Amino acid sequence: MANLRAIRKRISSVKSTQQITKAMKMVSAAKLRRSQDAITAARPYARKLREVVQALAGKAGPEAHMLLAVREVKKLALLVVTSDRGLCGGFNSALLRTVQRFLRENSGNYEQVSVFVVGRKGRDFFRRREIAITKEYVNVLGSLSYFNAETMAHDLVDGFKNGAFDEVQIAYNEFRSAIAQTPRFEKLFPISVVEGSGPAEGESDIDYIYEPGRNQILASLLPKYLEMQIFRSLLESVAGEHGARMSAMDSATRNAKEMISSLTLQMNRARQATITKELSEIVSGSESLKG
Amino acid sequence: MASTIHFELVTPERLLVSEEVDEVMAPGYLGEFGVLPEHTHYLTILSIGVMSYRVGGETFKIALGGGFAEVTPEKVVIMADVAERAEEIDLERARQAFERAEAAVKELSLDDHTYQKAYAALQRAMVRMAAAD
Repeated sequence: MANLRAIRKRISSVKSTQQITKAMKMVSAAKLRRSQDAITAARPYARKLREVVQALAGKAGPEAHMLLAVREVKKLALLVVTSDRGLCGGFNSALLRTVQRFLRENSGNYEQVSVFVVGRKGRDFFRRREIAITKEYVNVLGSLSYFNAETMAHDLVDGFKNGAFDEVQIAYNEFRSAIAQTPRFEKLFPISVVEGSGPAEGESDIDYIYEPGRNQILASLLPKYLEMQIFRSLLESVAGEHGARMSAMDSATRNAKEMISSLTLQMNRARQATITKELSEIVSGSESLKG
Repeated sequence: MASTIHFELVTPERLLVSEEVDEVMAPGYLGEFGVLPEHTHYLTILSIGVMSYRVGGETFKIALGGGFAEVTPEKVVIMADVAERAEEIDLERARQAFERAEAAVKELSLDDHTYQKAYAALQRAMVRMAAAD
C-alpha cells in the first residue's frame, strides 16, 4: 500500500501545477485575442498594397525591377518562423519537422539552402542538428512590430541582390483557427505577377498620373510589399502560437484534474486500509489479553 | 459632382481613418498636394510630413512617416508606414525622441549605413512635433 504522506504530497504538487497551467491558458486566451485583432488590423493595408503592386507590376513587366526578375533557382533562402517560448504543444515541432523533411528531400535540387530563423525554438532546433543558420532573430516575437519585419525583409533583399540566393521562401504556421495551425511554405520573392491582373476590364485603360515615375513608385513599393508579407506571416505565427499554447494548457489542466481525482481515490483507500489495520490490531490485542 | 470624397488612411498596424471628407492635403513626392472630389487618377509616393483633411469647417492633422497615396475621383487611399493623429501625440515624448534622434544624427558620419535611418527618425520626430503643435 502506497504511503499516505507521499500521496498527499503528490496531490498538492499536481494541484499547484494545475493552477499554473490554468493561469497560462487564461493568459494565452487574452493574448490570442489581441494578436487576432492585430491580424485584422493589418488586413486593409495588405489588401490595398497587393492591389496596387499587382496592378503596377502587371503594367511594368518583370524587367522593371530586380525583385520581379525570375532567375534560375540554384540557391534558396528559407525563413523559418517559430516561437521563442515553448509549452505550446506541437506548434514548433510540427513546423520544424516539415522544414527538415523539405531540406532532406530538396537537398539535391538546390546547390545551397540558407536558413534564416525567427524564434528561439527554431534556432535551438537547427543548432542541435548542426545545420548552419545564416541569421537568427530571437526574442522579437514578444513585442512584435512592423519594424521587425522591415529588418528581416532588408536582410533577405540584400542577399538576393548580391546573389547569395535566387529565391526566398518562408515557412510558418498558418493561423487557421484558435485550435488549428498548419505548417505552410510560401514563396516570398521574386514576386510573381499574374499577367493582366490589377484593375478590372475597362478600368485598366485609365492611366494614372505617377509621381515620380511608375517604375520608381514600383521600386519603393516592392520592398514594402515584401515587408508586409513577412509581417503578416509573423502575426499569423504569433496568433497560432497563443492558440496552440491555449489548447495545450487546456488539456494539461484537464489531465491534472483527472490525476488529482485518481490520486484522491488512492489516498482514501490507503487511509481506509490503515484504519482497518489498526482496528484489527486493537481487536486482536484485546482478544488475546482476555485469553 | 460629388461634394465629398471618401478618405482612407491605413498603416500596417491599423486602419486610422475611413470617412467622407471635403478635402485632403498631403506631402507628395514633388511637394504638397491637395485633393478635392473628382480629382484625376493619381499615384504618388509620400514623404515624411504632416497631412491634413477637412470635414466641413474642421481640419484634422496627422503626422505621416512616409508611404504612398492612390487617388481616384471617388476615393483617396493613403498607405502610411506610420501615422498618428495630432491628438494622439504626446508632445513631451515627441520632443524626447527628437533630442535622441538629433544626438544620433550628429554622431554618425554621412556615409555610415545607419545614417539614413537615423536621419529618417529625426525627420519623423520633427513631423510629430509639428503636427502636435
